[in-house]
Amino acid sequence: MEIPYTISTRPDTGLWNAKIGIWLFLASEVMLFGGLFSAYIFLRLDAQPGEWPHGLLNVPVGTMNTAILIMSSVTVVLAWAALKMRRYNAYWWYMLATIMCGVIFLFVKLYYEWPQKFEHYGVFLKPSALEKYEQYLGNNRRTEKGMEPRIEISGHLHNPEAIKDPSIKEYEIGLDPVFVDPNNPTNDRPHFLYVPPTDHIAKIEKEDVERIDSFGPWHSAYFASYFTITGLHGAHVLAGVLVFIYMWLPVSKKLYQRNPEHLANRVEVCGLFWHFVDLVWIFVFPLFYLL
Amino acid sequence: MSLKAFHIVFVIFSTLLALGVGGWCIWVNLVEDAPVYLAGAIASFACALALVVYGVWFYRKMKQLRILT
Repeated sequence: MEIPYTISTRPDTGLWNAKIGIWLFLASEVMLFGGLFSAYIFLRLDAQPGEWPHGLLNVPVGTMNTAILIMSSVTVVLAWAALKMRRYNAYWWYMLATIMCGVIFLFVKLYYEWPQKFEHYGVFLKPSALEKYEQYLGNNRRTEKGMEPRIEISGHLHNPEAIKDPSIKEYEIGLDPVFVDPNNPTNDRPHFLYVPPTDHIAKIEKEDVERIDSFGPWHSAYFASYFTITGLHGAHVLAGVLVFIYMWLPVSKKLYQRNPEHLANRVEVCGLFWHFVDLVWIFVFPLFYLL
Repeated sequence: MSLKAFHIVFVIFSTLLALGVGGWCIWVNLVEDAPVYLAGAIASFACALALVVYGVWFYRKMKQLRILT
């Protein structure tokens, strides 16, 4: 049975069916992401001054990924326009460029940004042990200046086996630069360019530690929100890429030969979804990386 | 709303983002005194300008080709 109104418009709505369907779907997506963004913004606003992690994400990498997504929106709309003009070869290349942009975005996210966080650890000290690690924390100066004391030392964990092995009595942390020179006033504010952990190793006794966590979703409300929203967004990007691959494969050429307008409508619907996904990122980037 | 119209909305938001990033870079440069952020600001404003030019070109092209779904 033929699905009705895939090309021609329905008399009562004035639109073809898939377009109504995608906009209803996108409306539900707005509610989904809107709820998550609202939760993040309220958590952010409710955090005590100085308590909310800031400057932990790599801004140049995030900017590059943003540019890639914007570029992919341009290529997908050009792919659709090429179909409208019945230029299948141009469509094929624009669609390939869109797929590549999506793949690069996901690659950067999954093989660079996320793993970097899972290898980075934060050691939360017991209040009674803060004085013992003053050389890394610089809390005396911070208290004098009326700033919140530091309770976490972060960096690269050199002996991850210490987390599970009770016979190892201390953690060896390759310190982030801020903890090597904690009294330097420039370290009071966030830095947005990624600086790797130093070779300076701090030995922190387990009995002084309240908890130790990698920079995963379990670390803090900030990282829980970050992984939830970027993970959900990444899943949408993956779904979009998979659909685009289908549109790019020879099976779609058969549809083009049978009815080019039908393929153009399919690409338009997918393009609308892709634009929505990119628009979500336009909000994710400043919220998580900059503010 | 058609893909064409949604694309124009998207380009407007992208332009606003580029302007915002440029402003953010200027603010960080003032606080950190790091010229790399000034370079970032110039690049962001250049991107914003490029997006405006592209948006206008796209709108005119679509009008010219009468792709008005």
